[in-house]
Parts: sequence; structure tokens; C-alpha cells
Amino acid sequence: MSLSTFLIQCLNSLQYGLLLFLVASGLTLIFGIMGVINLAHGSFYMIGAYMAFALSPVVASAFGGGFFAVLLVGTVLAVLLGYALEWAFYSYLYEREHLQQVLMTYGLILVFEELRSLLVGDEVHGVEIPALLAGTLPLGELMTYPVYRLFISAVCIALALGMYFVFTRTRLGMMIRAGSTNREMVQSLGIDIKFLYRVVFAAGVAIAVLAGMVAAPVSSVYPGMGSSVLIVCFVVVVIGGIGSIRGALLAALLIGFVDTFGKVLLPQAAGVLIYVLMALILLWKPDGLFRAG
Amino acid sequence: MNLEPSSKAVFVIAAFALLAAYPLVSGSFGIDLVNKIMIFAIFALSLELLVGGTGLVCFGQAAFFGIGAYATVLLSPSSNPASLLWLLPAAIGAAALYALAVGALSLRTKGVYFIMVTLAFAQMAYYVVHDTPLGGGTDGIYLTAKPVLGAWIDLDKPVVLYLFTLVLLVKVFVCMALLSRSRFGRALAGIRVNEQRMRAAGFATYPYKLAAFTISGAIAGLAGFLFAVKDGFVNPELMSWHFSGAVLIMIILGGIGHLRGALIGAFAFALLQEFFKSEAIFGAFAKHWTLGLGLTIIASVALLPRGLVGLPGQWKDRLLGRASRRAEAAEMQP
Repeated sequence: MSLSTFLIQCLNSLQYGLLLFLVASGLTLIFGIMGVINLAHGSFYMIGAYMAFALSPVVASAFGGGFFAVLLVGTVLAVLLGYALEWAFYSYLYEREHLQQVLMTYGLILVFEELRSLLVGDEVHGVEIPALLAGTLPLGELMTYPVYRLFISAVCIALALGMYFVFTRTRLGMMIRAGSTNREMVQSLGIDIKFLYRVVFAAGVAIAVLAGMVAAPVSSVYPGMGSSVLIVCFVVVVIGGIGSIRGALLAALLIGFVDTFGKVLLPQAAGVLIYVLMALILLWKPDGLFRAG
Repeated sequence: MNLEPSSKAVFVIAAFALLAAYPLVSGSFGIDLVNKIMIFAIFALSLELLVGGTGLVCFGQAAFFGIGAYATVLLSPSSNPASLLWLLPAAIGAAALYALAVGALSLRTKGVYFIMVTLAFAQMAYYVVHDTPLGGGTDGIYLTAKPVLGAWIDLDKPVVLYLFTLVLLVKVFVCMALLSRSRFGRALAGIRVNEQRMRAAGFATYPYKLAAFTISGAIAGLAGFLFAVKDGFVNPELMSWHFSGAVLIMIILGGIGHLRGALIGAFAFALLQEFFKSEAIFGAFAKHWTLGLGLTIIASVALLPRGLVGLPGQWKDRLLGRASRRAEAAEMQP
């Protein structure tokens, strides 16, 4: 493996890992703070990718188009969707057992997949890379690297920093952290915990949808993309330690590197590698790398 | 409990009697369908031992099912039919062996981590058959000659296979019922309720959990054996996490903590699927059958917090009012 190939694979790993982190962070937040196992989280990623595909003609006719307008409209819709879903379904799950949550969110996966099939169909679609980011950067003498993939990484890093800032430096973040530790206590201090949960859930959905939209031009848009990403994200969440954003970031990058390099170096065993990694890590540290404190 | 023990027994005996009489009135499609559902019921019972009996939520049960099925096909000689006498124990043994290995490692973890580790081991098994030529890769492999025992048990005949499956289902059900009443079953229930206290009471809980996990894997392997014989074909999808999820959904739908729940759940899940798939009722919309299934599942969470098994109890509550509901809630608490 030459140096520039190695470098390209590193960038790919980074981009994949960061993308996983975006989806997994919503999953770990919803799990860590509200205690809900949300199997439907992968569907939000799928919805995002399909939004990137289906919204672009609509947005083009309304606002004159542009990939960034699609991202903006999609994110606003995602927040509304998350808010509505929390109100209609998830708010009833907090007091229920985990298995009931599994059952209902599994039902939601089926509903989302089938609505997708009804509205958009079952074909595989491509999404165009915006002209502004369509170029490539030279890397070494022979290789080039697409700018769009760097853009994905940049978006993910910006969002990760934003999340870090909100959590550690703002009053909202403080309330969220307190709410995950002791719901009743926060409520009795006069904070509207229901509204807080709704905001967190909507944010988690919006981040997953945004990840799907940003990834769509690279990964293309296909049925079942939600469930494949869901399982990998669960692996990330569990390796990182449930509820820990920092753990999710580290685990996502680890999975990104192992998966990408596994596909290059050991193509026969590529599918199995991340699960072997997860089993080994959990046998070594049964609570994941970082426990949420 | 919602029903008296005797009425529960009556329900189960009546259900098995109906199943035994069913081939007399049904065509080959119906026999095949109900046979498949009974296999799912055995599979669901295997998971119920872990989830309802021991409090261990396994999200990789399909691996044991798939290994039982693959072992059946791979071990069968290609030309002449194998004897049930060794093929069935071999398939069960293969699944049990894998369950023993998986259980030995994954029982070190707890809760959601346990769920994910069992998933990880199932995915490993999935990718081994999916990516290597061992089991025919993604295409799967065919079982050319179905196993026989003597002259009169020839599993190639659908009715014989149906009755064979029914007998095994009854056996598994009875064994599990006896098991839950045995000292071993009580110990598992104790682990489910409070593992710490069981340990303080002097039980080494790990061997108990491992034994339950291995037995569960063996029963899932039995279901896999039957499935491979019924279809004469295996493919990696048998081990996919979708299937592990589906069987979990079956027992939750039926009602966790009751053996009947696994039976009812398997039938309810499969029949709902057939209902929403039927073109006679839904016409062109039938190809979007998962929408109906998903909405029904969501509705069942909202309306049936105790699963289908809890339905008579819920009705009773309606009739008797609040006081009895509170008493039952107290009883339901582990």
C-alpha cells in the first residue's frame, strides 16, 4: 500500500467514522437521556437520504434550488418530524419496559420503510454532488481526493463541536445532563422536562436526517439503507458506552478505520471485523469504553 | 395470572388438538403455512426460555436457528436420505455447541450490552455463511434428500412432517413447562427477578444462565432443523438480524413470561403477515403489507401492554374495575 493510498483510506475512514458518529450520537442521546431503545433511528438516516433526493426538485421550484437550501429545508422538516413523533409515540414509551420500546420502534421501522416505498418507490437513486463541491484535490502525484468527502467530514466535525459546546457550555446542556441523571429532581426544580425531552429527541432526529442528507450524494439512496446503518450505530453506541457522546465519537472513528481498512486488506472477512472488534472490546470492558457519568 | 391453571391447560390442550386435526380439513398450502408457524412457535419458545424465563434478552437467536438448519443440509449425504436418528441430534448438537461458546463469553455482560454482544455473535455467523463458499454463499444450498426414520417416518411427505413438527412442538412445550416448575426453572426465575440476591443465597448464577442459554440454542437448532427439512433449502437470511428481531417481536406480541405467549405470538405474527399480504382482501395494496403489520404492532403496544396473553385479564379489569387492576398490577410485579 503506497503512502497516498494509505492517506486516501485514512480520509475515507475518517469520513465514514464521523458520519456514523452523527447517527450514533442521536441514538446514544435518546438512549442515555430518555432510556428509549430507538430501533427506528436508522430510518431517520434513510429519511434524510430520501429527502435529499426528493426535496431537490421541490426546493428548486420554490427557492431557486441549491444543495444547501435542500439541507436547510430538510433539517427544518426533520425537527418538526422529530417533535411530532415524540409527541405522538415516544413520549408514551418512557415509562414502559425496554421490550415494549423495541416492539413499537420496530413497528415504526416497518411503517417508515413502507411509506418510503409508497411515496418514492423502491428504485436506487443517485443524488448529484453540488457543483461547488464537485472538484477533486490532488493528493500525491497520481491520486486525487473528492472535495465533497472532505465537506462531509467538515460538516460532521462542525456538528460534533456544536454538540460539545451545547452540552458543556450552555444552560440547555446543563439541564439535559441533569435530566439524564434524575428526571424527577429536575422536574421538581421547575424545569419542563417533557419539553426538554422533546427538544432532545427532535435534535437527535434532525442530526440523523442531516447525516443522511449529507451522505446521500456519496452513498446513493436505496431501500434498506436505514437498517444497515442502524446496526452499525448500535455497535458504535455499545462500544463507546451507552449515553457517552465522547465514547460514541471514539468508537465511531474506530469502527470507521477498522471497516475501511478491513475492506482493503481483508476483503473476505470485512463484514465480520467490526463485530469481532465489538465482542473483544465488550469482553475486555463489559460496559463499553466510556460509561456515561 | 389471569386465568385459573386449569383453564390455561384447557386452552393449550385445545390448541394442540386443533393443530392435530387441521390436516384433515386443509389443503397443501394450509398445511405448509401452519407447519411453518409451528416451527416459528418452537423457535419462539426457545427464546422465551431466555427472555421470559431467565430475563436475558438475546438478539442473536437466529444464529442458532440458522446453524441447526445449515448443519442439517451440510451433514446430509447428497445421494440417499439420512437417518433422523443421527441427523437430528447432530443438528441440535451443532447449535447447542455454538450457543455454549457464545453464552460462555457473552454472559459476562449485562442488559443492553448483552443484547448487543449476542447480536455481534449472530452477525459473525451470518457473515461466515454469507461471505464464504462453505454454505453456498448468498445463494444458499439445497437439501437433496430429506431425512427418514424406518419405513413410516418419511419427512418428504408434508403431512408426516406436519405431524412430526407438531409432536416436537408439544414435547418442547411440555418440557419447558416442566422445566419452569423444576428447581432449575425456579433458579432461573430467581435470576430474572434479582440476580444479586440469588448469588447471596448461595447460587452460582453463571452456570445456570449458561445452561439456560445452551438449552435455548439447542431448541432453536431443532427449529432450524425442521425449517431446513420443510423448505429443503437454506440461505444466509435465516441468520440475519431481521429474523432474530422477528422472533423477539413474536414473544413480545404474545406476552413475555408465559409459554402460551410464545405460541400465540408466533401464530399472531405469522397470520397477521399472511392477512396483510393477501390480495383477496387488500388487492393491489397487498404488496405494501408491512405498513399494515407495522401499524398493528404499534397499536398492540398502545393497547396491549401485557401482550395478547394479557388480553383476557385486561377485559376482566374493565369489568371488575380499578381495585382488581391494582391487585393484578401488584401480582405482575416480579
